[in-house]
Amino acid sequence: MTAPESTALNQQLTATADRRSEWSQAWRRFRANRIAVGGLVVILLLALMAIFAPFISPYDPIDEIFRGMRGGSPTLAHPFGYDHLGRDLLSRVIFGTRVALLVGLLATGIAVTLGVVIGAVAGYLGSWEDTLISRVIDTLMAFPIIALLVVLAAVLGPSLVTTVVVIGMTGWARFARVVRADIMSLKATDFVTAARAVGVRDWRIIWRHLLPNVMGPIIVLATLGIGGIIILESALSFLGLGIRPPNPSWGGTLSDGRAFILRYPHIAFFPGLMIVITVLAFNFLGDGLRDALDPRERD
Amino acid sequence: MLTYIARRILQGAIVIVLISVGTFVVIRLMPGDPTYLLLGEGEIRITQEQMEAIRARWGLDRPHHEQFFIWAWNLLRGDFGDSLIRKGIPVRQMIFEAIPVTAILNVTSLALALLVAIPAGIIAGVRRNSPFDYSTAVGSTLGVALPNFWLALMLIVLFALYVPRWLGDLPLVGRIPPFGLKSWQGYILPILVLTTEQMAVLTRVMRASTLEVLTQDYVRTAYAKGLPNTIVLVRHAVRNALLPVVTVIGFRIAFILSGTIVVETVFAIPGIGRLFTDSIFRLDYQVVQSLVVVLAVLVVAVNLLTDLTYAIIDPRIRIN
Repeated sequence: MTAPESTALNQQLTATADRRSEWSQAWRRFRANRIAVGGLVVILLLALMAIFAPFISPYDPIDEIFRGMRGGSPTLAHPFGYDHLGRDLLSRVIFGTRVALLVGLLATGIAVTLGVVIGAVAGYLGSWEDTLISRVIDTLMAFPIIALLVVLAAVLGPSLVTTVVVIGMTGWARFARVVRADIMSLKATDFVTAARAVGVRDWRIIWRHLLPNVMGPIIVLATLGIGGIIILESALSFLGLGIRPPNPSWGGTLSDGRAFILRYPHIAFFPGLMIVITVLAFNFLGDGLRDALDPRERD
Repeated sequence: MLTYIARRILQGAIVIVLISVGTFVVIRLMPGDPTYLLLGEGEIRITQEQMEAIRARWGLDRPHHEQFFIWAWNLLRGDFGDSLIRKGIPVRQMIFEAIPVTAILNVTSLALALLVAIPAGIIAGVRRNSPFDYSTAVGSTLGVALPNFWLALMLIVLFALYVPRWLGDLPLVGRIPPFGLKSWQGYILPILVLTTEQMAVLTRVMRASTLEVLTQDYVRTAYAKGLPNTIVLVRHAVRNALLPVVTVIGFRIAFILSGTIVVETVFAIPGIGRLFTDSIFRLDYQVVQSLVVVLAVLVVAVNLLTDLTYAIIDPRIRIN
């Protein structure tokens, strides 16, 4: 082996080692953060609860109505008590996990996808497309999102699909804003100029060279946003514009409890507690990911 | 500066136009013919001519774009039309009756939140990693994660059921009504809920910006000059650390209004938020579309004011 060849090989080896260690370092930093790991564990438990809801929940959440037990208090057989119609509250709360996680993840997925595409287009193209998109982003960010959701849900008719689509379609602005700013600054770097000089096509530059560089902040922002989206979903269901009864959702159960709040306060208490736990778990995970992926931003 | 203001007002105007066109289109997509809404519920015998007359009276026989321009022109003149459901009551009157209630709620809770968050954030930042810092961190983390409607319901339970049971009929807390605004005590719980949320966010911002400022050269210089601790903190650190809080308040006006919509509904308070949800459920689209535009104008105005305040209190920012 000649000398220049071995240097090239060495460089290649160190490059792959660097790349691998970047993620493994992030993972090591994440593991050291006990609160963030706790958040992750809670989320995994919630996911298991959602997937295996029919096997875990002791009773049927919709059809099993216990006569004479309307608003009954917690007992050993029914640890969360009964709801306003005499159904087992624990079972309804367990099934409610499905709605919360489904809406939280799917709506975030839609919002991230739209935000990344729109933000990348605006940041890469610049000119009038950027001006137009930036105005739309400003408008969406400036407007009370609940008002928009309420109007849209009323127009489209409340359902699970409406909730997911509406929250996803209105929530992309924050992602677009970050992607746009990052891509604008990356566009001026040497490796992009080099790629362009070699004749790489625009969409390939965006896909292969720019997007991988903005994924870190987007993952963090998405994780931190899931909690807010779960609260939004339950607020919509609470106002009667989200998941329709008799399907169990945390916001809907809270709204059932609201009508009887002074007689049967436990109906509203338990689903709210679950919302708080879930939102905290996602926020802890997001904070941990931010510290792990971008150590400079630590305070 | 003047050109900047002019440009910002123009941008704000574009945002408002976008929102009003969007609202108008969305509302026209709603299922149902507004003519039947005007007639009310039940079996109604009506001739084709009467139907046409009603349509002509409300301008529903004109093409959509013409309807939009008539509506927009009336809005500009301050004429919001009449409520479709509460017959004969001008929408403007409904909105102007609701605004003071919402304003009192939000201004009071924002003021209270600032009163707590600014000192708490400063102390947490200065005494970093102290027990005080940790407890404010726990408090603000919880405050962000609590859904405001749940907090509202739990406070209602606490003050209506448990406080009287534990403490007897205390002069102040014994008279907090769970719903409505029959007396001034009705404001206490909603303000408490709204304050909690704002306080949590603002404490975090204030702490972060205090930490940031304390590492700056001018703070080190001030210490090096031998200035006493309090003078350095008050005159050099805090004054600069306050700036991001101003931005965040302006930026959060939309979130604050979102919060009001839910909280007013829970407590049955006759403000803008309750008017909004009620009108949605009553299908009173005339009120809904006017309210959306009013909210948009409000948000744009507050954002502009924030940016201008920022430029005035921070002489380093020379707007270009």
